[in-house]
Amino acid sequence: MTSLRVSIAATVASVLLVLVVIELIRKRRLKEQYALLWLGTGIVLIALSAWRDGLNTIARWLGIGYPPAILFAAATLFVIVVLLHYSTVLSRLSDRNTELAQHVALLEAQVRALRDASHENAP
Amino acid sequence: MSGRIVAVVPAFNEERSIGAVIREIRAFDPAMVVVVVDDHSSDGTAEAAEAEGAVVIRLPYNLGIGGAVQTGFKYAVREGFDTAVRLDGDGQHVAAELRRLLEPIARGEADIVTGSRFVGPAGSYRPPLARRLGIHWFANLVSVLTWRRVTDTTSGFQALNRRAIALFAVDYPTDYPEVEGTLLVLRSGLRLREVQVEMREREHGVSSITLVRSVYYVLKVTLALVVASLRSYKADREAVEAAGA
Repeated sequence: MTSLRVSIAATVASVLLVLVVIELIRKRRLKEQYALLWLGTGIVLIALSAWRDGLNTIARWLGIGYPPAILFAAATLFVIVVLLHYSTVLSRLSDRNTELAQHVALLEAQVRALRDASHENAP
Repeated sequence: MSGRIVAVVPAFNEERSIGAVIREIRAFDPAMVVVVVDDHSSDGTAEAAEAEGAVVIRLPYNLGIGGAVQTGFKYAVREGFDTAVRLDGDGQHVAAELRRLLEPIARGEADIVTGSRFVGPAGSYRPPLARRLGIHWFANLVSVLTWRRVTDTTSGFQALNRRAIALFAVDYPTDYPEVEGTLLVLRSGLRLREVQVEMREREHGVSSITLVRSVYYVLKVTLALVVASLRSYKADREAVEAAGA
């Protein structure tokens, strides 16, 4: 069985997470796609923490002797998904960063060439 | 095929050798457009190259050799060059050897020609044992991964036709581009040819691959090759086809 204190502590922590996420959305410091991801994480964690019978039932299905371990498992899974997502975002950003630097350098060289050409043609 | 050839020279802190490299290219072919890609050097590389009349492309921050070389190929695409050669800014590539690289391109027998130090009978280039082992390891690994015999995947001395330029302009490996680039070329359906060339010992500076780092380098590039061989090359083959014959 999940003790009442574990459930209360886990619920408080997940509610805090959701509140922080909502505050970040309000201040526009979180892009929609990430906001949804984190809101989803928080809501699932709240549900698992507060709904004690549910946690116990899932634990019995999965053959887990200590139901609160499911909270850890769910949280860890989300963290892994989020980190993997970040890796893809970082890869894309770094590719674009390279492309942007190359583009700027090429344009700058072109500007210099045009300026030199116009100086030569000037009376 | 037009006669316009661009020479792409990546350079990072090569102010002492870049001028000689440009003069050597001009001595081989005065009509060649020399493009020096300055990878955000802290010395006077860009000024030295400009003083020799080269087109200088200054990167706003250091991208590493792969990003710098690719900038040169993007320039080649923008300016419509049909042929490009690539030499290092440190002077280890002998411009007179470009003749051997350009011949198969001019005859339409290959899309990309690499100057290899090992393809024929042993030349004057004898790298230290550790270096040689590394070069052979990569050559064998790429040979196995692509089912094609290659002898030197670490050489950055190359000539390219339109199709190869188009490929490298859209996709070029970042950190140690020569090894991965060989895999990229073969997987993208380009015809690779290796020709025997002589190379010089470095005149100034130190190789980016020091002995201390070589073990780390070998491991890292090996992993990169394994990952690269898992990639899809559909977009690359399409880029090559879009460039025409």
